Amino acid sequence: MIIVALFTVSLFSAVMLAIIGDRRLAAEINILASFATFVISLFLAVDVYHSGGMTAADNYFFVDAFNVYLVVLTTFVSTTTAVFSRNYMRFERAHGKVGHKGMRFYHAMFQMFIFAMLLALLTNNVGVLWISMELATLSTVLLVSLYRTPSSVEAAWKYFILCGVGIALALFGTILLYFASEKVVGEGTQGLLWTNLILVSDRLEPTILSLAFIFFVVGYGTKVGLVPLHNWLPDAHSEGPTPISAVLSGLLLNIALYALVRCKVLVNKAMGSNWAGEIMMGFGILSLIVASFSLLRQKDVKRMFAYSSIEHMGIATFAFGLGGPIATFGGLLHMLVHSLTKSSIFFTVGHAAQISGTQHIANIKGLIKANPLVGWGMVFGVIAITGMPPFGVFASEFLILTATMKYAPMLIPLFMLGIAVAFAALFRKMQTMVFGDPPEVRQEISAAHVPVFLHMALVLVLGLYFPQFLQRWFLDAVEILK
Amino acid sequence: MREAFPLLIEACQIALVLFAAPLLAGWVRALKCWTQGRTSPGVLQPYRNLIKLFSKDIVLAHNASWVFRFTPYLLFGSVLMAGAIIPIISVDLPLSATADIIALVALFAIGRFFIALAGMDVGTAFGGMGSSREMMIASLAEPAVLMTTFTVSLFGHTTSLSEMVRFIGQQNFFLSPSMVFAAIAFVLTLLAETGRVPVDNPVTHLELTMIHEGMILEYSGRYLALVEWAGMMKLFIFTSLGVALFVPWGIPQGDDLMDIPLAVLIMAGKLALVAAGIVLAETGLAKMRIFRVPEFLGTAFLIATLGMLSHFILEM
Amino acid sequence: MTFTAQIINVLAACILLTSFGLLVQRRIYGLLRIFAWQGLFLSASTALVAYTAGMNHLYISAALTLTLKVVVLPYILYVLVNRLNIYRDVEPLVNIPATMLIGIVLVIFSYHLTAPIRELSTLVTRTTLAVALSTVLLGFLMMITRKKAVTQIIGFLALENGLFFAATSATYGMPLVIELGVALDILIAAFIFGIFIFQIRTTFDSLDLKEMEKLKEHEGA
Repeated sequence: MIIVALFTVSLFSAVMLAIIGDRRLAAEINILASFATFVISLFLAVDVYHSGGMTAADNYFFVDAFNVYLVVLTTFVSTTTAVFSRNYMRFERAHGKVGHKGMRFYHAMFQMFIFAMLLALLTNNVGVLWISMELATLSTVLLVSLYRTPSSVEAAWKYFILCGVGIALALFGTILLYFASEKVVGEGTQGLLWTNLILVSDRLEPTILSLAFIFFVVGYGTKVGLVPLHNWLPDAHSEGPTPISAVLSGLLLNIALYALVRCKVLVNKAMGSNWAGEIMMGFGILSLIVASFSLLRQKDVKRMFAYSSIEHMGIATFAFGLGGPIATFGGLLHMLVHSLTKSSIFFTVGHAAQISGTQHIANIKGLIKANPLVGWGMVFGVIAITGMPPFGVFASEFLILTATMKYAPMLIPLFMLGIAVAFAALFRKMQTMVFGDPPEVRQEISAAHVPVFLHMALVLVLGLYFPQFLQRWFLDAVEILK
Repeated sequence: MREAFPLLIEACQIALVLFAAPLLAGWVRALKCWTQGRTSPGVLQPYRNLIKLFSKDIVLAHNASWVFRFTPYLLFGSVLMAGAIIPIISVDLPLSATADIIALVALFAIGRFFIALAGMDVGTAFGGMGSSREMMIASLAEPAVLMTTFTVSLFGHTTSLSEMVRFIGQQNFFLSPSMVFAAIAFVLTLLAETGRVPVDNPVTHLELTMIHEGMILEYSGRYLALVEWAGMMKLFIFTSLGVALFVPWGIPQGDDLMDIPLAVLIMAGKLALVAAGIVLAETGLAKMRIFRVPEFLGTAFLIATLGMLSHFILEM
Repeated sequence: MTFTAQIINVLAACILLTSFGLLVQRRIYGLLRIFAWQGLFLSASTALVAYTAGMNHLYISAALTLTLKVVVLPYILYVLVNRLNIYRDVEPLVNIPATMLIGIVLVIFSYHLTAPIRELSTLVTRTTLAVALSTVLLGFLMMITRKKAVTQIIGFLALENGLFFAATSATYGMPLVIELGVALDILIAAFIFGIFIFQIRTTFDSLDLKEMEKLKEHEGA
């Protein structure tokens, strides 16, 4: 029931925002709608906390400890992003970067995107998962090209083609999975339900599932942004409006990883080994290394943080691939804190770019003097994302490192190298941006500080103290993902 | 007496190839006249042409070498040899054991090699041009022909023509992608190999479009008759090879002499139909520019290859 | 093999042929025609499978393919091509033989990849799965080798055709809900493609994707 309400609100508000268009209150309605879904998701979370996982609407949807926290995270980040985008988009609108139609489209698609992500998270059906992943791509692809500049159109085209092709391969994987499950579960929708598949996973044909997993890795891995399938990601993040970069990076990548992890659990159980996990480890560590070295030569600030997202998704993928309670716990936490940190960084970066009128790192200077809160927000964001204590990213990376030490000590040097290089690159580039004197010419903005500092506070709290309910969820999730 | 039946059948077939080939050519020409609304000189005109040419003197260029004089006989012989091994009126041919389908392709290649040499021998411009074009087409058509024949031999598990035709003839009517594709590819290469529209125009003497006619421009009298006759036989052999491979029903499996008349009748019917098809294609299509020919034959090769692949993929 | 199974196989081979045709065709109208043919073969084979296996929901899938892939999408693309006045464009294709050879290698590769499935399956259509995967990969190849926006779209749609075909041949189709959802997604994608083409046209004055190579790594945009 609650689940259905969740979908109704986002879908309904998408339609409503499409009708309202670019009126005065559109941004507020967007915030309100996102907030409503957030509240509903809290109810859902409380429900799951008390009574455990459940299915709804004739097995069409299901919630367990793994996806419920992602649901709350998604609705929360989308609410704060909506708050941020109110100020941000008003500025863009005032400077003529977006038109009348663009704003209508932006708000409607924002809600549509949230709907698609929630559907992907909560559906029990592998096929519907695929459909909603595709829907998530489709709803954001034209947002990336919202500004209609040549580079944004190019970025959107790349995003569309690469993710479209990638996800088509994931559909092939889904077909193979259905082929295997049809023999055990029987024909029809039943054969595609996660809840059924997990029950019979040890009877599924391992060769077919291993084949399917290759397609899943390539397909959903493209969306996670795993190297070498990551080409679209930096472009899409750097060329779209910043709120969209924030949700793409903070939420969409998580959802794709979620799908991949679910598949991995299934395949591992069918094969009776950690074969799928090893593949994920390989992709993860490769993404970490390649992305961190790419960070060194970035000149565009949003592009740089896009690479940082690839790096962190690599770490999380690696953690889930490694498996085991500690690494899985670390991976779950990493998804959470990365999502919070990265979206807040994009908020500040968005404002920073507006102040300086450019995304070029070399031309962004003296943020602290220009706008202290934005400047300090970026400092804290970078400290957090590079894994410095006392922020939450430190905790999750520490957990993952511990598990690696135990199960795959050979990979420690690579892992450390990646993190160290990323730290060096981000820290160096951050310094030139925040310190020093700002240029004479700069734009006055009314920045939305609340989302940034709310996120940073949460990440800080997660680094110092781990709340009981979250711990229980994560432990349950670890149990599910075993 | 019965032991001699295969030999008799073989003799019948060779006679058939020799004397029915002009008839087929005449039929094609007559049909073409009718479809284009002209009055035809009758289906027997090729015989009259041949008789006329045989009774004429030979005019030879001063610098013509032995290659030029030898080629007509070699061409005629190789084509007739090919005609002896293809199961046209019976599967059980004694000579068929001497050569398989690959040798058949090679037989045609020898003939073509010498005619190309002869085209260049006298040293006229058109001869050389025709030879070079002929070799270009040949180099593109040969792989497609081989691919087609491989597909069919994969299907029949043998490269012997007789065995192949016997195997296919014993099946009930069936539809298999590899055979369908092989048949399409065969038709395309047939058009190229026998010099028909859209690859070559057999009736043209326009300088820039000649291919086959260019090479034999210097021949006259008996030599020309042999070359022309060989060309007609080639058309006959290629069409009957196609018929034998793709619609072999009606070709007798045994060596009974009594089956032969019926077999000849059935064969005549099939060939008449195929010829009608060729005429339709020739009337409907325009000759393509020579630079489009590689694409045309590339398509044939692709289709033949896909036929072979689909034999493995779809029929195993 | 029954006669219907033979026809299904022939149709599968035809689908493969059209995939190769898409790979080497230069003219846009020709591409659209081949694409429509591919959809027709796909739809016919789906309907035949529905008939042999007695799976009624496959008829819906076949009808869906017929309307979407044979009528609606080619028509939309046709209108688009006419509106944008690009029907005379001839795409310079480098090295058709090499492309074809790669295509043939892909077919063999997918044959081997699907070998375990062929052994496990008992369906009439099990052999056609290799063709389905080849169609997917050939669509992929087309998207890599082509540099024009419209042809990339056709490649993408051909790839989707392959997926539909795979669903039919591996499992007699996915459950209907999924097929409908996928079809809806494709339709939306096609519309977005259309919008995109206009965006590209207005921002670049050309539909040549060679123009769109600004976002290279070193410049960092």
